[in-house]
Amino acid sequence: MSEKLNSKIPEGPLSEKWTKHKSQIRVVSPANKRKLEVIVVGTGLGGASAAAALGELGYNVKVFCISDSPRRAHSIAAQGGINAAKNYPNDNDSIYRLFYDTIKGGDYRAREGNVYRLAEVSNEIIDQCVAQGVPFAREYGGLLDNRSFGGSQVSRTFYARGQTGQQLLLGAYAALNRQIHLGNVKSYNRREMLDLVLIDGEAKGIIVRNLETGEIERHGAHAVVIATGGYGNVFFLSTNAMNSNGSSAWQCYKKGAIFGNPSFAQIHPTCIPVHGEQQSKLTLMSESLRNDGRIWVPKKKEDVEKLRTKKILASQIPEEDRDYYLERRYPAFGNLVPRDVASRAAKERCDAGYGVNDTGLAVFLDFKSAIERLGKKVIEERYGNLFQMYEKITDVNPYQEPMMIYPAIHYTMGGLWVDYNLETTIPSLFSIGEANFSDHGGNRLGASALMQGLADGYFILPYTIGDTLAKKIQVPKTDVNHPAFAQAEKEVKEKITKLFAIKGKETVDYYQKKLGHIMWDNVGMARNEKGLKEAIEQIKVLKEEFWKNVYVPGTNEEFNQELEKAIRTADNLELGELMAKDALNRFESCGGHFREEMQTEDGETKRDDKNFMYVSCWEYTGESKEPVMHKEHLNYEFVQIATRNYKD
Amino acid sequence: MDFTLKVWRQKSAKDKGYFGTYQVKDISPDTSFLEMMDILNEQLIRENIDPVAVSKGCHDGPVAFDHDCREGICGMCSLYINGRAHGPDDDITTCQLHMRKFKDGETITIEPWRSAGMPVIKDLVINRNALDQILQAGGYVSVNTGGVPDANTIPIRRENAEESMDAASCVGCGACIATCKNGSAMLFVSARVSSLALLPQGKVEAARRVKAMVSKMDELGFGACTNTRACEMECPKRISITHIARMNREFLKAKIQD
Repeated sequence: MSEKLNSKIPEGPLSEKWTKHKSQIRVVSPANKRKLEVIVVGTGLGGASAAAALGELGYNVKVFCISDSPRRAHSIAAQGGINAAKNYPNDNDSIYRLFYDTIKGGDYRAREGNVYRLAEVSNEIIDQCVAQGVPFAREYGGLLDNRSFGGSQVSRTFYARGQTGQQLLLGAYAALNRQIHLGNVKSYNRREMLDLVLIDGEAKGIIVRNLETGEIERHGAHAVVIATGGYGNVFFLSTNAMNSNGSSAWQCYKKGAIFGNPSFAQIHPTCIPVHGEQQSKLTLMSESLRNDGRIWVPKKKEDVEKLRTKKILASQIPEEDRDYYLERRYPAFGNLVPRDVASRAAKERCDAGYGVNDTGLAVFLDFKSAIERLGKKVIEERYGNLFQMYEKITDVNPYQEPMMIYPAIHYTMGGLWVDYNLETTIPSLFSIGEANFSDHGGNRLGASALMQGLADGYFILPYTIGDTLAKKIQVPKTDVNHPAFAQAEKEVKEKITKLFAIKGKETVDYYQKKLGHIMWDNVGMARNEKGLKEAIEQIKVLKEEFWKNVYVPGTNEEFNQELEKAIRTADNLELGELMAKDALNRFESCGGHFREEMQTEDGETKRDDKNFMYVSCWEYTGESKEPVMHKEHLNYEFVQIATRNYKD
Repeated sequence: MDFTLKVWRQKSAKDKGYFGTYQVKDISPDTSFLEMMDILNEQLIRENIDPVAVSKGCHDGPVAFDHDCREGICGMCSLYINGRAHGPDDDITTCQLHMRKFKDGETITIEPWRSAGMPVIKDLVINRNALDQILQAGGYVSVNTGGVPDANTIPIRRENAEESMDAASCVGCGACIATCKNGSAMLFVSARVSSLALLPQGKVEAARRVKAMVSKMDELGFGACTNTRACEMECPKRISITHIARMNREFLKAKIQD
């Protein structure tokens, strides 16, 4: 196994690793590229950019998405921005500083080599997007504008209002459309991957369900790229889109791909609070709001009481009675501490009884001083669409009253384990973007997800996949009549038949919501041994119940959204269990993973570098068998390991 | 709050379809419209499970409807609600509509968008592949990955960048087409044409782009624009018809060049 977990990080100085690696890996000649087929699953920033870039290179690409168009992928909802080390504002930013901030932000649980490469290619991404016609925000002089994000003391975030993800995705989607038009990429919409097909241990294709007709299809290739995003929806309530799911990655895991750090989930501090049991999802308010918004709760409990009973408005509480707790606790970074720190601080205040809405689970994000300083017009230009979105949802005007926010599940740092080539432990199976585990360690910094998705898709995978495909130039096209395809298709059909045959008494949502509650209560913002052990048992029981008592209406041979959800929930029940197991194993606090047993006196995370400076790498061993955990030890050659400090 | 829902039911593209009438009760005003639809579906599935309900003829099953991000940006949700695309509130998509915009006890009619270019797949779900096809015909700047100039090489007037961004905020939902009495896709197409025409990067192949996209739009059978401005009124992102004017200019320029 240790052989399998060869991360293939090149030797040598940090700044030369990627250059050296690129010069040493194989390339495929244009004539041979035409003979090779690549499947890309997912069309978010990673998938769309990879499919477009591979198409441009001349590979035959098939790209799959679950929506009616590649443009719907959830990258579209990213609001705040994308980081790059351009140093346009002249504030002493550099590739090294972006690298260092990311390593530190990830609480020293990411690979130095990967993160440095990410910082290195970040500048090219901005150039590429501008060339595609992405309308980034600009200064009056016509040059690009920047703003700040959490976990950094420089302004390196490029943005397009509060719709940066949308604009970057439309750029990648346009590049993809061009390749579709040129015939290099074939696009399959409303298709969901239901299994990975291996022949002689290598990834050779996928089984998909046509969501419109229910037809089960076989697709073969020389390599498969998983770009299906994260698995935050295991928690039911998250900021992920309703259809986002980790099932493709989970199928790969069950076919032998190692899963890295499954318990590392990011909880975003600024989301609109839960309003009740009928809620279907949570809405994020961009981290960029923390540039100008100040977070606070009342200092006095009597004010809290009056707020909850709606006797006073937040704006009536005088300055001296407000506790700007982030500015108080973290003077150096203030409201721009990383997400995990800000989330825990909000939880701490709410747990202490200072939560401000009727559930007691909310804090204020206030623009009063920014509006006084800059005027309403400037704030409207910067955040207009976010303010409008907030008002539509809550019926409160944030120009007059502060927003109410609370942390929610937003992103998963864990994912399929990949080496420096972004190849998983299954040969010819690659994983990019949020779907892999690679770059963010225990916590991702804001505006870095867009950076990673596009870095992987435009500038890393198109090079590294050549190293594998160069060995395949003599290999004929994959025959989908191979028994391995027949077998995988049969298993998929049996699973679907089994789900319909249960004819139980409860709906799919009932189980997904129950799982969500178990996960949020025990595997959420604060975790402890007792809770995690209970969660593992509860999930097992729930899983059993699901397979005995779920009801899936309709048939397979039709557009059937309940069936789609049932298949995903079945996977989530397994994924949730592994997340809890990983969290139980990691008896330390780092980044978003907070073990209550491991905290400092003032409630900060306490890492255990001696025992846990590794990636936990989980291997599937069979149905109802315990998975095996392997360790990829992390070496820090270039940065000094330190306790994360955002105070001074 | 309680509501009577009249929902369009149609098994498949070929099926004739009918209105199903359902009651939903105890809906919080803070519930979003699509959450209300979730509640309806939960209820309809439970009726399927309950043999008594089935024997009384309650076997319609859940309503299929498209949705995803539920924050107004992916463009997946649609629906005519009481005859209006994205329902009775301005500048939002259906997923951002909340039940507080309705009166307690109201009857709400829910239909799929009906336009020749966007046929029904099932119930409220429609096929919008035509929109992809128009963009595939030319809605891009033809640059390959890599080898591009530094991002700050070409300064762009802030006003142009902002106006380009206004157009680029189109979510591709199709409300403009659903609302137009001619079933015209002009607002959708012009948003992309105009967004790129405003930027130096897009100017190089502007003529080729506008001709290719307009010709694809015509080929797919979308209607002509007669300046009723209904599209602009119902656009969840308030995209202005001045972009249609710009597209027309671009098109004329391109044709004169020929």
